[in-house]
Amino acid sequence: MEFNYNDRVLKPGYTSCMGCGEALAMRLVLQACGKNVIFTNATGCSEIFTSRYPTSSWNAPWLHSLFENSAAIASGVYYALKHKGLLGKVSVVATGGDGGTADIGLQCLSGAAERGDDFLYVCWDNEAYMNTGVQRSGLTPFNADTTTSPAGKVSFGNDRCKKDMPQIMAAHGIPYVGIGSCGYYRELGGLVKRAMAIRGPKYLQVHSVCPLGWKSDPAKTIDMAKLAFETCLYPLYEIINGVTKARRAPKDGWKPAEEYLKPQGRFRHLFRAAEGASQIIRIQAVAAANMRKFWPEVAVPQFALDAEAKVAEMDKVTA
Amino acid sequence: MSPKLSMDKLSVGCVAMPGGSLVYKTGAWRSMRPVFKHAACIGCRACELVCPEGCVFENPQEKHVLVSSKEKSPGEKKREIANRDFDPDYCKGCGMCANECPVKDIDMVPEVK
Repeated sequence: MEFNYNDRVLKPGYTSCMGCGEALAMRLVLQACGKNVIFTNATGCSEIFTSRYPTSSWNAPWLHSLFENSAAIASGVYYALKHKGLLGKVSVVATGGDGGTADIGLQCLSGAAERGDDFLYVCWDNEAYMNTGVQRSGLTPFNADTTTSPAGKVSFGNDRCKKDMPQIMAAHGIPYVGIGSCGYYRELGGLVKRAMAIRGPKYLQVHSVCPLGWKSDPAKTIDMAKLAFETCLYPLYEIINGVTKARRAPKDGWKPAEEYLKPQGRFRHLFRAAEGASQIIRIQAVAAANMRKFWPEVAVPQFALDAEAKVAEMDKVTA
Repeated sequence: MSPKLSMDKLSVGCVAMPGGSLVYKTGAWRSMRPVFKHAACIGCRACELVCPEGCVFENPQEKHVLVSSKEKSPGEKKREIANRDFDPDYCKGCGMCANECPVKDIDMVPEVK
């Protein structure tokens, strides 16, 4: 049997970990971008594993400069295309990890969105700096154990909630903000095609499971990403021209947050320590807030309401 | 043209050949290998889509017959479905295809020489 990789934007031989949700998301998103696309890339997993010198996995024009300036380079490419009269024929797609997008590259991305440059920015959100060995980033979720927010006797891991990056981008008034997930791999292409049909700055965030950093089973990558949505800890929605349209809620109703937290090593301490239960309730309350915000027509389940009530009680006592 | 791996001479701007990573066979990492049984496969393409390497392909030459009988429409239905197989050069053996297969037509077995 013959294996033909000629039409691939990203050719195999890249050195991502096995079970990498980011590699899966990249492969599907980049393929959906279509032909005549120039890609720019921030430093991160996606850049490192696709460009092991002297090889490159990219079968398309690809630029990498620094950690922070993926969006700035994309702006430059956009203005060069404008000068050459190639707008409409060639499109620009900037990519970066969650650190390169939400922490280090935020000012370049914000500037590009504010100027209204026509390109799609895709953020592979694997919820920490995985490439350098799992350091916490602005998109690391509450209570996750990373090497710079270690869980132990005095800490439950990351003490801050995940930065709401899609809402920050939506606040720029850009025409398209989308959130996808590697778990819903059949929908990624549609998100990209809808984004590419719009002119102006566009932002797409793709939840990418990292079995290395999350300490989850590589074979269960898709299940983990699906559970993130089904527990409503990672809401999936699109904002097109200011109108928010959430993905349809799961048929069987929302699941308790424990189902998502339990299989992951980065939340293991919550189930071992005695005070962990109160922290799980806090995470459940975050999920409840997401449910109410994006799916007002769906009834919030009783366990989520209970968690909210308990959190209100806990904060009252400590205040 | 097959890409050549050379560290002797740096190219201008350290430009690497597009798609040159094909020379690096990540299949050597594998400790478990998928076995496509070609029995219950319904041709949903989930294995092709979820593979992070994208190394699962449809083989149009080889087909298997799927016999299905639904409760709503009595009588057996026969359908010819193309076989799927993986590229041993790049499969890292993560097991995502076996986990995601809705009819569990893929088994993971230890890779032995």
